[in-house]
Amino acid sequence: MTSDAPATDNRPFAIRTYAPAQLREALRRMYLIRRFEEGAEDSYMRGLIHGTMHLSIGQEASAMATCMELTDADKITSTHRGHGHCIAKGADVGRMFAEFFGKETGYCHGRGGSMHIADVRTGNLGANGIVGGGLPIAVGAALTAKRLGRDDVTVCFFGDGANNEGAFHEALNMASVWKLPVIFVCENNGYGMSTAVTRSTAVRHIADRASAYSMPGITVDGNDFSAVAEAVHAAIVRARAGDGPSLVENVTYRWRGHSKSDRNRYRTKEEIEEWMTRDPIARFRSELIAHGILDEAAADAVAAEAMAEVEAGIAFAKSSPAPAIGDVTRYVYAEN
Amino acid sequence: MNAMTETGLRVLSYSEAIREAMAIAMENDPTVILMGEDIGVYGGAFQVTLDLVDRFGPDRVMDTPISELGGAGVAVGAALTGLKPIYEFQFSDFAMLAMEQIVNQAAKLRYMLGGEASVPVVFRLPAGSGTGAAAQHSQSIEAWFGHVPGLKVLQPATPEDAKGMLLSALADPDPVMIFEHKLLYKMKGHVPEGSYLTPIGKALVRRSGTDLTIVAGSIMVHRALEAAERLAAEGISAEVIDLRSIRPIDAETILASVRKTGRLMVVYEGVKAFGVGAEISAMVAESDAFDHLDAPILRLGAADAPVPYNPDLERAAVPQVETIEAAARRLARREV
Repeated sequence: MTSDAPATDNRPFAIRTYAPAQLREALRRMYLIRRFEEGAEDSYMRGLIHGTMHLSIGQEASAMATCMELTDADKITSTHRGHGHCIAKGADVGRMFAEFFGKETGYCHGRGGSMHIADVRTGNLGANGIVGGGLPIAVGAALTAKRLGRDDVTVCFFGDGANNEGAFHEALNMASVWKLPVIFVCENNGYGMSTAVTRSTAVRHIADRASAYSMPGITVDGNDFSAVAEAVHAAIVRARAGDGPSLVENVTYRWRGHSKSDRNRYRTKEEIEEWMTRDPIARFRSELIAHGILDEAAADAVAAEAMAEVEAGIAFAKSSPAPAIGDVTRYVYAEN
Repeated sequence: MNAMTETGLRVLSYSEAIREAMAIAMENDPTVILMGEDIGVYGGAFQVTLDLVDRFGPDRVMDTPISELGGAGVAVGAALTGLKPIYEFQFSDFAMLAMEQIVNQAAKLRYMLGGEASVPVVFRLPAGSGTGAAAQHSQSIEAWFGHVPGLKVLQPATPEDAKGMLLSALADPDPVMIFEHKLLYKMKGHVPEGSYLTPIGKALVRRSGTDLTIVAGSIMVHRALEAAERLAAEGISAEVIDLRSIRPIDAETILASVRKTGRLMVVYEGVKAFGVGAEISAMVAESDAFDHLDAPILRLGAADAPVPYNPDLERAAVPQVETIEAAARRLARREV
């Protein structure tokens, strides 16, 4: 971060806070998330990936802006819609594709797939197939940091659906009682599978839940990179200072269905198209260009870099070996 | 506390032995913490943690809110990131509130992440009937967890094993569940000083015999030993095997005994159907030991009912010395 911004600077938070190289890298990773998921979707259609997957296309600003100030020592817990978090935290898309293709070179050696993708070395403790499953785990990771006297923080991503799980309430309460360095980041994309938040949740904003647990709660436009980055920044500062947890709600939208089985019967084409006009990547790109961080050609080059990385990743995955069938029970327990 | 037997060996109660193991572990390893409901100044519902909060402080002997799902999940997250938590369920029955974190998370994380993660958490679970606490505080559900790859499930029957198994569980990189029988907490026996490890997955022949094999776990070991003693007066020689661990299970010791005696009875406190007895019976039936059987296999488990309140009903619901003795006699005389 640069700290030489003038006091009267009224440019967006990200522009006045981060160095141009950081902003360029953030844009690159957002393109990488988009192209990765498009590549995964295409590979799925071609039968190269089995099972299912949950795409976060349209939510890239939430993932990237939240991870902007995290180091490898900082942890995240992710969700079933976790590809973006993984890439934002620094994962290699080749190893991610390899995992999706069920290959031994994948992050989980082909045992986890999309729903359990993790990269422990970059602090990503993993996606989760259980809604709300990561919430208590994130609190545990924050407990470790506090107990060992480290100043790293844990970001706990969860969706709007998880806010009605008991684990959410138990986790927020304990994090607050013990003043743990955890940032609860709700990605509210409007629907828990097909059920609208307005039909499932008694409070207007999920951030309103924070007051029940005596922590700050803020609702921001999750498609506005700077708004997310600023809210998460304040929460990280608070956590690192030992003042405890915060709840940040990023209001966003998934362009694709819940999973591959979704027929979109619970929302209108008009609603989806309206949200597509609020593309977080196009918006961030325009902001960077407007503030002179990049020009159109440089932004195009960033997008092309991401595309090339995705193509190389798919090639790596395709050429990687599958796990040995005889290893089906390997990794159940530690190997001596 | 440091009573001696006539032979000069040091004697501790089962709960003192567990407490000593926890104290040794906490002294030797700063990453070991205790978590649970009312385990601090209250000393735990069964006084197992007694004065540990005075010795190690509330940061390492943590009273949790009444949030079993969240609490177990915090322990899982802490274990995943570098601590070694011992989480005490106040009653094993309450583990049902935390099944998600135990079964979906703790047990599977290593596998889902392809061996890239480790969850060295220990769950302590006071179990069993005989206290008049009725259906929701008296169950024996250890077999449920025997069905879950990734977990280790122990049932110490003596103070010596209670200490050694807890120290082994802490040294183990995978999640371990220790079912402690509530009626054994006050039982006294020889406990070696200092640190020692009781091997996980190794059964123990507590009494040698030639006419039949009785495999039992936890408090049933003592009942089986008493029944064997009574039968010896009639000239019936029963071998009693203390199972100690139901996952992993020690097939070798059991099969060797059945090959020798030709008769098998399994005694356990869980409901008879789909229990430990079914697993062991099938294991024998699937092995060469089957050819050595001279009589059908007998299972003695709990009645097909919740644990009742009335003391006579409660007693009748689970195997007692008399029922074990009678069944063993029938088996030895081939009256089954």
